[in-house]
Amino acid sequence: MSSIQHIALIGNPNCGKTSLFNQLTGARQKVANYAGVTVERKEGFVNLPSGRRLRVLDLPGAYSLAATSPDEAITRAICLGEMPSEPMPDVLVCVVDATNLRLHLRFVLEVQHLGRPMVLVLNMMDDAKRRGIKIDTAKLAAHLAMPVVETVALNKQGIDKLLVLLDAEPPTVVNRGVTEQSDIHQQVRAILADAVVMPTDTDRRDDVLDSVLLHPVAGLLILATLMFLMFQAVFAWAAPFMDGIEAGMGWLSDIVATQMNDGLLKSLIVDAVLAGVGGVLVFLPQILILFLFILSLEESGYLPRAAFLLDRLMFKAGLTGRAFIPLLSSFACAVPGIMATRSISDPRDRLTTIMVAPLMTCSARLPVYALLIGAFIPAQTVWGLFNLQGLVLFALYAGGIVSALVVATVMKYFQRDKSAHALLLELPSYRLPNWHNVALGLYERAMIFIKRVGGIILALTILLWVLLTFPHAPENAALPAIDYSFAGQLGHALVFIFAPIGFTWQICIALIPAMAAREVVVAALGTVYAIAGNDEAIAEQLGSLVATQWSLATALSLLVWFVFAPQCLATLATVKRETGSWRMVGMMTFYLFALAYLAAFITYRTVLALS
Amino acid sequence: MFLSQLSHNQSAIVDTVQAQGTQDTIAQRLSELGFVAGEQVRLIGRAPFGGDPILVQIGFTRFALRLSEAERVVVVGL
Repeated sequence: MSSIQHIALIGNPNCGKTSLFNQLTGARQKVANYAGVTVERKEGFVNLPSGRRLRVLDLPGAYSLAATSPDEAITRAICLGEMPSEPMPDVLVCVVDATNLRLHLRFVLEVQHLGRPMVLVLNMMDDAKRRGIKIDTAKLAAHLAMPVVETVALNKQGIDKLLVLLDAEPPTVVNRGVTEQSDIHQQVRAILADAVVMPTDTDRRDDVLDSVLLHPVAGLLILATLMFLMFQAVFAWAAPFMDGIEAGMGWLSDIVATQMNDGLLKSLIVDAVLAGVGGVLVFLPQILILFLFILSLEESGYLPRAAFLLDRLMFKAGLTGRAFIPLLSSFACAVPGIMATRSISDPRDRLTTIMVAPLMTCSARLPVYALLIGAFIPAQTVWGLFNLQGLVLFALYAGGIVSALVVATVMKYFQRDKSAHALLLELPSYRLPNWHNVALGLYERAMIFIKRVGGIILALTILLWVLLTFPHAPENAALPAIDYSFAGQLGHALVFIFAPIGFTWQICIALIPAMAAREVVVAALGTVYAIAGNDEAIAEQLGSLVATQWSLATALSLLVWFVFAPQCLATLATVKRETGSWRMVGMMTFYLFALAYLAAFITYRTVLALS
Repeated sequence: MFLSQLSHNQSAIVDTVQAQGTQDTIAQRLSELGFVAGEQVRLIGRAPFGGDPILVQIGFTRFALRLSEAERVVVVGL
């Protein structure tokens, strides 16, 4: 029986490693993070012809073992057996793109110096054949002194050969000794000259597509169109599903409500558990649609090209081109936006992007903005051209973007590691997205969100329920029940803090349940002002009510508050999941509240002084 | 001449990669990516907004390099 128990897939980024991993393991995958870092750990199992089960680890893509990113550091540590929690792989399955051998073989030779048993997988042989690339695998295997298997995405043929190899004893190791960097390049050249015939350096398809998609004018237009479509889809396609989830949870709550006697348990199930589950699930449509686009764009090779087009703009703001799509996504919802920052390789750039993502005006702020703008800003025409309400809405969006730029710049200034942020971005060949990979990717994202983020959201929703429910209101209470609860007391206590920015005690109380999600503030204000009815009825009555009860300064102050305030537990839970650090969550919460308070204070005082 | 100074579609041969300081990870990474003496490079294009980053073909691979990165690569025109 073979002694091979675990194998690891290793290779350059864009070598089709994950595709191979998906093919080998199917849906038998476990996705988590490596202990202590936010590098994704993907493990799966494969059944061999002999019936044995083999553990497969999909190592993060790496250009070199001289690690320059956390991903590469993990890959290096595992190959060397230096990760305490990970056993040393029995065989390293090195995956290379057959059309990109010059780059990928260099890494193979570097890995070979570790002196571990290796198998080479020549991936994407279909692309190589289409381009007329001829590879003499026997010669290649002789040069490299390791078995070579050819594979084609979506084709089992090569996979079976690989499995037979892994069912046997590990390949023998050739000791290559120490070689200089330049010698490795020499060796690669020699191997290519002997074993590979490459008719052209580039794929004609790539040349044509790049000349259009990376054109300074046409390329930007196409990118803008794509992003416009993506945004439209997120809003238009997700809405019916989100409504459906809300209606479904409402239906479920109604059933529970009619079946159970009034009391604490019923309130806990309906108002906390079901509301919490609904609050988690309602994010899924936007996450899935957004990631359908992002994963397809990534699979096709377009994503790094978008980063190339926009790098200069983002760099000026202290970010990287790679931050563009996560930040754009955050205009729909910061949760998928923050989850999308995984494509940013520099950890500093990634952290900055996560930190400023909540400043992008997400769709949950719109109901709040609509209520307050409708109630306080007259629909008059300004400068004969613009609608004043529209201008205010625009100012709120612009305020978020401008402050994100400022925050990113400040963060860059404070970062301890001042070494240059590298771009060094590979633009891989264009490929049609492999829908199997996209589907698995979507499934993974959904599971991560439900399991890791959902749990935190649910726990916090229940905590909020406790604050809002206890202690109970006395019999024949004159005020709404919320007024007597911990949340109500807290709200009254908070007036002391929020009076300088013009918030009334009603606003302070409403801000507490609105920690669950910003749009809840509308319904919560309805509760505090004892307005009954559905959301739309509340919004309508509330509009005319606050217009008479609040000053313009208070309303504008609250609007500005919502540009910054981290009134969203889901975002904070996602930051915890993606950074693995409560400290980062604390820092984000603190700086956003501080910014919100400061901006609201300035707004309130300025408007008061002017009126 | 630096890689950053090539004109559109111009090919050149890499001469050296100059490290900036003693611990220049970018220079090290450039040589790992194939920017070593004798390799042929070609400038494919430049990004909008001031032509930074640039798009370079080396070997069978395309890389986007910021000008600050490309200024580490000394090339000889063909």
